[in-house]
Amino acid sequence: MTNVSMTVNGKSVSCDVSETTLLSEFLREDLRLTGTHVGCDTSQCGACVVHVDGKAIKSCTALAVSLNGSDLTTVEGVGSASNLHPMQAAFKKHHGLQCGFCTPGMIMAGIDMVERYHAAGQELTAEAIRHELEGNICRCTGYHNIVKAIEEAAGTMAGQKQAAE
Amino acid sequence: MSDGIGARVERKEDKRFITGKGKYTDDIRMDNQAYAAFVRCPVAHAKINGIDSSAAMAMEGVIAVHTGPEMKADEIGDIITGWSITSKDGSPMQCGVWNPMVTTYGRYVGDAVAVVVAETQDIARAAAEVVELDYEELPAVAAADVALTDGAPQVHENVPGNLIFNWEIGDEAKTEAAMAGAHHVTELDITNNRLAPNPMEPRSAVATYDEAEDHYTLYTTSQNPHVARLVLSAFYNVAPEHKLRVIAPDVGGGFGSKIYIYPEELTCLWASMKTGRSVKWTSDRSEAFMTDAHGRDHVTKAKMGFDADGNIVAFHVDTIANIGAYVSLFATATPTYLYGTLWSGTYAMPAIYGTVRAVHTNTVPVDAYRGAGRPEATYMIERMMETASREMGIHPAELRRRNFVKEFPYQTEVILQYDSGDYFKMLDEGEKAADVAGFAARKADSAARGKLRGLGYSTFVEACGIAPSAAVGSLGAAVGLWESCEVRVNPVGTVEVLTGSHSHGQGHETTFAQLVSDRFGIPIDNVQIVHGDTDKVQMGMGTYGSRSGPVGMSAVVKALDKVEEKAKKIAAHTLEASEDDIVIENGEVKVAGTDKKMGWHEVGLAAYIAHNLPEGMEPGLKETAFYDPLNFSFPSGALICEVEVDPDTGVTDIVKFTAVDDFGTIINPNIVEGQVHGGVTQGIGQAMLEQVVYDETGQLITGSYMDYCMPRADDVPSFTLDHTCTPSPLNPLGVKGCGEAGAIGAPPAVINAITDAIGSNDLQMPATPLAVWTALQANKTAMAAE
Repeated sequence: MTNVSMTVNGKSVSCDVSETTLLSEFLREDLRLTGTHVGCDTSQCGACVVHVDGKAIKSCTALAVSLNGSDLTTVEGVGSASNLHPMQAAFKKHHGLQCGFCTPGMIMAGIDMVERYHAAGQELTAEAIRHELEGNICRCTGYHNIVKAIEEAAGTMAGQKQAAE
Repeated sequence: MSDGIGARVERKEDKRFITGKGKYTDDIRMDNQAYAAFVRCPVAHAKINGIDSSAAMAMEGVIAVHTGPEMKADEIGDIITGWSITSKDGSPMQCGVWNPMVTTYGRYVGDAVAVVVAETQDIARAAAEVVELDYEELPAVAAADVALTDGAPQVHENVPGNLIFNWEIGDEAKTEAAMAGAHHVTELDITNNRLAPNPMEPRSAVATYDEAEDHYTLYTTSQNPHVARLVLSAFYNVAPEHKLRVIAPDVGGGFGSKIYIYPEELTCLWASMKTGRSVKWTSDRSEAFMTDAHGRDHVTKAKMGFDADGNIVAFHVDTIANIGAYVSLFATATPTYLYGTLWSGTYAMPAIYGTVRAVHTNTVPVDAYRGAGRPEATYMIERMMETASREMGIHPAELRRRNFVKEFPYQTEVILQYDSGDYFKMLDEGEKAADVAGFAARKADSAARGKLRGLGYSTFVEACGIAPSAAVGSLGAAVGLWESCEVRVNPVGTVEVLTGSHSHGQGHETTFAQLVSDRFGIPIDNVQIVHGDTDKVQMGMGTYGSRSGPVGMSAVVKALDKVEEKAKKIAAHTLEASEDDIVIENGEVKVAGTDKKMGWHEVGLAAYIAHNLPEGMEPGLKETAFYDPLNFSFPSGALICEVEVDPDTGVTDIVKFTAVDDFGTIINPNIVEGQVHGGVTQGIGQAMLEQVVYDETGQLITGSYMDYCMPRADDVPSFTLDHTCTPSPLNPLGVKGCGEAGAIGAPPAVINAITDAIGSNDLQMPATPLAVWTALQANKTAMAAE
């Protein structure tokens, strides 16, 4: 067992974990943050995407011990039912989810791509969104409304950034 | 009311899913929870001579290892099938026995042999790795047509030649005679590729045994928790129904694969009693590929005869259906009564005959997967139509129009009677939405860029809303397929709807609430939908076959009728008016033509306070209804796919996909469109990407997302959708069902478009770049030779 300390959704956490514990297991089992889902064993489906130090990663493919000192955000940390993140609100508005299982990963991947494109000064087109979603599988929606939701959220997030600047 | 029928309201259930607060089975942790992992048969066919669990039991944290013979000794029942089929010679079907865990023979890669229960999932899985199987590998067969050949390996001793049944439907003599007199006969060999359903949430179960109460609780990923309880109780002998609670909480998609009551869920229940611990098992994705029931897997020879004007005169089908190693719950209904009964498609066919041979192989059991039989029928019929149109030089849309069913109800030659439809209108609208008129110009533009452009049609009709109980009983079903509902009006006027339907992505918590809102004029936020728990909902048959609209919602309507009747009686009594003059709108109960009224909540309160009710009326405002459908419902659609193929690589882009569907009445367009988007994407997946592959020894090759190609966002376009509407005359809302339409209609539209583009009809699904390129080369060679 090794002690790891991180900031998760703005709170400091410190736990003893086994060297083989995956980040997804650490979040789900040790911290009981079950919004992060595991849908495959091969880093393909993206249901487990979280942000580590501002970057999206697949939490099923990272060891918890390797992330000592990191700043993590999970789907539980981006917004709440009474104060939704624009990406969450857009998924709801555009019916971008059905069973909801892939949704946390989609939202975390969506926020990440919007921020990356914004930082690079690139336009996040529908085509680019489809390309960026290569690592996230949804079996329910056919992606149509997910793409619409991310497109809209990109606009809202850009507006918020401008207002803040 | 803005929340009522037809409103595009946002879903009530979304907030918990988008904030990570959904509660799926694997999110549940019980006190005293242990974890199960299964030891599985590593080869496709084996005699298990011994199981040595000593090394596993010696590991720290291992609680128990249990095996099939122990289950047998505890009188746990074998896995059942729910539908008996009679062969054409009158003999009953023959199927092999499915022990929940192997007693002697393992019959597919993944067949459960033993279960390890341990303190953690990691320990359970590590211990399962060191359980040693002493087994003797036996010859195996994976392909259904091979399994029927002389000398093929026998999957079960009691099923000679691996033939489960040889079923027929239609009029053989009439069809042969009409075929002999046909002006033109189109023949096609068609493979319907084997698919893995792949809901994104893997199956999971948490079972708890309470010794003091002798009571079991099972949380599980089920589309139909009541059916699970019934089967676990009546057939698997776990516990009597009143001692078994089954809860299907948030379920992450099903597509058919979570209808069935698998060995793993059963074993968790049994193991919870054996160990005295709550036992959780969660499938990983590789396990899902090995154990979730697969879909499709047909090999078919079809012949369609036409007269000189292009009218169909006869249709003949010969199908071999791969059932897998064991006969799963609906496995026998899928390639028969959900397949052969749809062979008339959208067309008036005067003579139809065909047979289906169902076959055991050493593969995962095959059962209903989104569409279940109807995609197989539609793919066959629509490829036949497109092929015939090319052979006869009649435009594919024109050939379809010549043969469309024109009047409803329409009695087919294969049992079903279609309720309503307007196939001309949906095709007209489809051609407009797809801009078929502009296709020639777009094709020329593609050609100028060195690309091949193709247009493919598909029209379909399907049978949804399974099904009238007496009718399915007469065809061999072991259950009735009604649905139940209880509507509870609370003293404050809020409403709870308890339904036997189960939502695992379909949005029932919104659409079912819309029915209440529409009826009483109260906001959907004042309505709570309760489902998925056998302790809360009395009984139900669950969600599959697009039945939650036509059957589940009809039960809601029937219960609402009863509530409305009683509410009006109470209001009439209170307001001293005639019951006939009472109207309910906008949350108020009024005397028509006067200013006398009560709030909806005041009626609720009056019912429960019961100080002043009509003479003899029981207090309370709560009603139950069971609804048994009068017939299937028959949604239909016209799908048009446009592709561009790169002839150098075979890479195919879907540049436009149009679907115009007739689902009858639509409750929430957002949700219906979402169902079509997802269904079409699964259809495109079948047509171009997905294929479960077994090698000739029965080893599973596609055991992960590295090998099995799921449709991703850049594999599909944004879709062009529209609707026509001929309400079903046979249920109170006029709904027809929309869950499977896309998966049914899309595959032939895609393949017809690709074959149009490449000028070759010799193409099977999935049309990968290699398959398309190979077909193109063969076509070039053939054309050069001519």
